[in-house]
Amino acid sequence: MTTIDSIRKGLLAKQFTAREIAQKALAHGEAKNAETNAFLTFSPERALAAADAVDQKIAAGEDPGALGGVPIAVKDVIVTRGLRTTCGSRLLETYIPPYDATVVARLEQAGGVIIGKTNCDEFAMGSSNENSAYGPVRNPVALDRVAGGSSGGSAAAVAQGTVPLSLGSDTGGSVRQPASFCGVVGVTPTYGRVSRYGLTAFASSLDHVGPFATTVKDAATLLRAIAGRDECDATSAFAPVPDYASALDANVRGLKIGMPREYFENLESETGDLVHRAVDTLKQLGCEVREITLPHTQYAIATYYIIATAEASSNLARYDGVRYTRRAQADTLSDMYRRSRGEGFGAECKRRIMLGTYVLSAGYYDAYYLKAQKVRALLAKDFSDAFKEVDAVVAPVSPFPAFKLGEKMNDPLAMYLSDIFTITGDLAGIPCMSVPCGKTAAGLPVGLQILTRHFDETSMFRVAHAYEQTSNV
Amino acid sequence: MKLTEQEVRGVADLANLALTDDEVARMRHDLDEILTHIDKLNELDTSGVEPMAQVLFDAEETATLREDRERPPVGTEAALANAPLSGSGYFKIPKVIER
Repeated sequence: MTTIDSIRKGLLAKQFTAREIAQKALAHGEAKNAETNAFLTFSPERALAAADAVDQKIAAGEDPGALGGVPIAVKDVIVTRGLRTTCGSRLLETYIPPYDATVVARLEQAGGVIIGKTNCDEFAMGSSNENSAYGPVRNPVALDRVAGGSSGGSAAAVAQGTVPLSLGSDTGGSVRQPASFCGVVGVTPTYGRVSRYGLTAFASSLDHVGPFATTVKDAATLLRAIAGRDECDATSAFAPVPDYASALDANVRGLKIGMPREYFENLESETGDLVHRAVDTLKQLGCEVREITLPHTQYAIATYYIIATAEASSNLARYDGVRYTRRAQADTLSDMYRRSRGEGFGAECKRRIMLGTYVLSAGYYDAYYLKAQKVRALLAKDFSDAFKEVDAVVAPVSPFPAFKLGEKMNDPLAMYLSDIFTITGDLAGIPCMSVPCGKTAAGLPVGLQILTRHFDETSMFRVAHAYEQTSNV
Repeated sequence: MKLTEQEVRGVADLANLALTDDEVARMRHDLDEILTHIDKLNELDTSGVEPMAQVLFDAEETATLREDRERPPVGTEAALANAPLSGSGYFKIPKVIER
């Protein structure tokens, strides 16, 4: 398996060059795209320039950086200077950003090689990647199934072996759910841990940038490279960023782990078995597992779809036909706005803009948005109460494994309900991740979710790493 | 149904969204279903609960103020590069004021 370490070793031993790795990744991604549709744009020039810079450093005896020469795919809601960024939308089909997102700049500073932009649900709104204007991503593990969403392309790019690392974004589960569906590691850091400067805004009180990788260690290394205060994002946190990867091997014996009973009801049976088996493994590692309760869980979906759509309706107001590439012809300004947006947005974006506009409209604000913010406080308190007793919470990521393409497309509520186990972490703003915990009889991957206290990604990675080392999944 | 067709059209107007008749009908059905689910929140008594607008962490009041120093702006040309219509350093839009 290709990892950050294996690339570093090979580069330093002159077994291959960063240029060769980049070329290989580009060729692999392009060949696979006919099957999975994981990429929307490839960036060969940018990739080769970055790879050459790494090769020159190595030739000069310098350190190639923490991500030196590692090919990386970036979700197409994260802006890249001079490289088309569509957000999975028809609206931005030809949009070329004038600047780089902070996460992009940071991973390139660390020697990372961006090979392309990955497919996603339009403006990151969806749980199956079927809301992309450029067609769905197919799951590399089972091509008739969804890769999950909204960061389906970033999960698939890692799962299909094109890149060892990618970046996604998570507002309600958009990193962890596709990671679990595709059988890779996916991390949603603490809210504020990673700068969102250059992440196209969906729901600002919930949006995160997060890494995908094949191993916990690689995800930890990528997170460290992109995390930390950024003065371009006032919501980014000042908290110091630890060296996660070096803390992975610490013993997890005696660590207290909670199993929220609300997350183990109504699971598809194979998913339930696999997650229970993973919890048994943690017990064998010496973790003290106990049942806990997160009593407001049943209210999470309703809360989330008020807050996220309200914020989205405001954030998406900027796509008005004036500044961003696409405009419908009309004689008056207001018709131009209305038609540009009506023709440009896909069905799911329209649905969320409508719901968000409705819940914020005069007379309804208190009943919906304010109410949801109060319930959000209760959901966050569920976790802070739980973390008085336990160091980590474990749960399934999704109630079921990857579903068939088209299966839930005509039932938006059913699609929303499938986010039940992931949206709570976003609402509370705590770090959470998905680590593969086996496959169903049909060969479909299932993910174990691990959630910890604000800014305690270290404990989360330790549990995930300990589990990963013992399980043969 | 929680919303009349007229209300759906009203919300679309607020959102500056042109919808076809089919879309209005579909939207009415979908919003009804979702809002019915959302009614679940009324089971909870939230009087006395502080609304959570943001995930907040302990920090000084001025912690997020950055140093006030000049930085090169993105520039007019780059800012206009993605505009569907621009000229003389401005975004161009359909005429708003009649002579």
